[in-house]
Amino acid sequence: MEYSLKTTGAPTLEELHKSPAFPTHEQFLKGPVVVIECIEEIPCNPCEASCPKGAITVGKSITNLPKIDFEKCIVCGMCVSACPGLAIYIKDYTYNDTKASLSFPYEYYPLPNPGDIVEAVDRYGKYVCDAKVIKVRNPKSNDHTSVVTIEYPKDHFEEAINIKRKIR
Amino acid sequence: MVEIELAIVGAGPAGLSAAIEARRAGANVLLIDENARPGGQLFKQIHKFFGSKAHKAGIRGFNIGNELLQESELLGINTWLNGEVCGIEDGHNLWVVRDRSYSEIVKAKKIIIATGATENAVTFPGWDLPGVMGAGAAQTMINVNRVLPGKKIIMLGSGNVGVIVAYQLLQAGGEVVAILEAAPKLGGYGVHTAKVSRAGVPFYVSHTIKQAFGTEHVEAVEIVELDSAFRQIAGTEQILEVDTVCLATGLTPLTELAWLAGCKFDFIPSLGGHLPIHDDKMHSTQPDIFIAGDISGIEEASTAMEEGRLAGINAAAELGYISEEEAEVRSQETRDSLNTLRSGYFGQKRRESKDSMVQKGKEVISWNIH
Amino acid sequence: MNRILNHPILEEKEQGKEVQIFVDDRPIIAYEGEMIAAALIANGIFINRYTTHNHKPRGIYCAIGRCTDCIMTVDGVPNVRTCVTKVKEGMEITTQQGMGVWSEEEQ
Repeated sequence: MEYSLKTTGAPTLEELHKSPAFPTHEQFLKGPVVVIECIEEIPCNPCEASCPKGAITVGKSITNLPKIDFEKCIVCGMCVSACPGLAIYIKDYTYNDTKASLSFPYEYYPLPNPGDIVEAVDRYGKYVCDAKVIKVRNPKSNDHTSVVTIEYPKDHFEEAINIKRKIR
Repeated sequence: MVEIELAIVGAGPAGLSAAIEARRAGANVLLIDENARPGGQLFKQIHKFFGSKAHKAGIRGFNIGNELLQESELLGINTWLNGEVCGIEDGHNLWVVRDRSYSEIVKAKKIIIATGATENAVTFPGWDLPGVMGAGAAQTMINVNRVLPGKKIIMLGSGNVGVIVAYQLLQAGGEVVAILEAAPKLGGYGVHTAKVSRAGVPFYVSHTIKQAFGTEHVEAVEIVELDSAFRQIAGTEQILEVDTVCLATGLTPLTELAWLAGCKFDFIPSLGGHLPIHDDKMHSTQPDIFIAGDISGIEEASTAMEEGRLAGINAAAELGYISEEEAEVRSQETRDSLNTLRSGYFGQKRRESKDSMVQKGKEVISWNIH
Repeated sequence: MNRILNHPILEEKEQGKEVQIFVDDRPIIAYEGEMIAAALIANGIFINRYTTHNHKPRGIYCAIGRCTDCIMTVDGVPNVRTCVTKVKEGMEITTQQGMGVWSEEEQ
């Protein structure tokens, strides 16, 4: 079976690389970088509206795919909780010598706590590696979209995209 | 008998938006809804909406609903809840059964029918067991009634309703064991399917439910693969243990009142089937009757609100509260907004269907209104 | 327990006061103002009625008062749509068999 967004539900790397908001390999390794996994033309632009630096462009036709100007982007993370599709996250390969970091939107309870050891998963929800929660932000202005930051081993940099939910 | 200028049937996003526009213009409006609460399906939508700022993007559906309700209260819009409109006679008289106990006739100069849609059923042996329900039903139970109707759920249908409700079931503490799609490709937005996929929910394209098992409740389903002609492929069956089956297999407009009122219909499968013909002012083929929202074609809450506005503006104009010129300017604004929502990969097909409907409407609706 | 406490998006719902209702003579706790079907599901009761000819169990299907799969006999009145009818203190609800029977007083 052909693996693609429309057959498995998750985008493949090949599909993602076509997006103007998916960093290049070099950009990913340079430092903290915003990633928008939005590859279908749907009328939607809260990401553009949320960026205080104007680094995200959708444009006049709001079905355009969002584009990131990685020079303007200060990685403030406002877009992460603004995206209605929860399609935006931040990765930092250079977090420290052995670990990378991932900040992603999370709308499940219970929220993890800083210090928790959690299971990082890939785009199919499959276990990738153990990770440690560093930060959990859920200010009122996010309207219940919390942003969780984890640190995890660099050798799983690409695959980790989320964490496994704790079943209540 | 109650006499009013504009009666609006259905207080969902379309009806509320129409009422607000018309009342703002000064019309004497009566909003009628058969439920105990207004808002239609809007209050179950706990996800952030897409679109642009003008479309309230980034705001959760129920908060948009609250804004509409607040506006309607501020404007003092007369609203009858628990009022079932059972008929429209002579194009102007609505027979309303109130509180399931007494009748009232409402004589209206103009009527807007905004009765929405109902979930489709897909049948298979065992589909009548407790635990098999519409996806919308599960959504009502979790987001409105705050109870989980089951713990291990299978979702049939991968359109936006199926994937969004699957996500919301996870948020409510349920486990979704799979989402099935009969077609070879998934129907919903990629960002919605991606959210659910990374939560560990597998998608099975070209699959359907062959039967559901259980004595007093669903206990398991047998799923089966389909070929390119949608026929079940023998030998591909699998049993999945579930206690709940949600059917997200499309919606059909609730058009009874439009039929009863004598509106002419067209058949557009991509928009839900038999639809009352309308023009670019949401006018039906009956003088003085407008339609708005899912009854005019299955779309979404954002388009329902815009169509409601369009109907409200033009009903108010016909009552003399807005000049023809102003009505046309504001109508064009809402049409532009609708075109924006009906664009891109998913919206384009709806745009084509709606354009051809409006074209037909303009040809068929030919009397001089002014 | 099927009640959703602590939802990540929805604020804590102001629960109506606790009431006692009876389902087939069995007392259960419900909250004033909630739908009968919801109170039953919260208490693990998923069957509302049995069909007339084949005595098959039925439970909620549309949950918005359109399909009548959830009908039960409430305080002697049959065919009450439990998904859109609110509970009241002391309500007597019975699993309906077929079309139900009107109580002596109602006839």
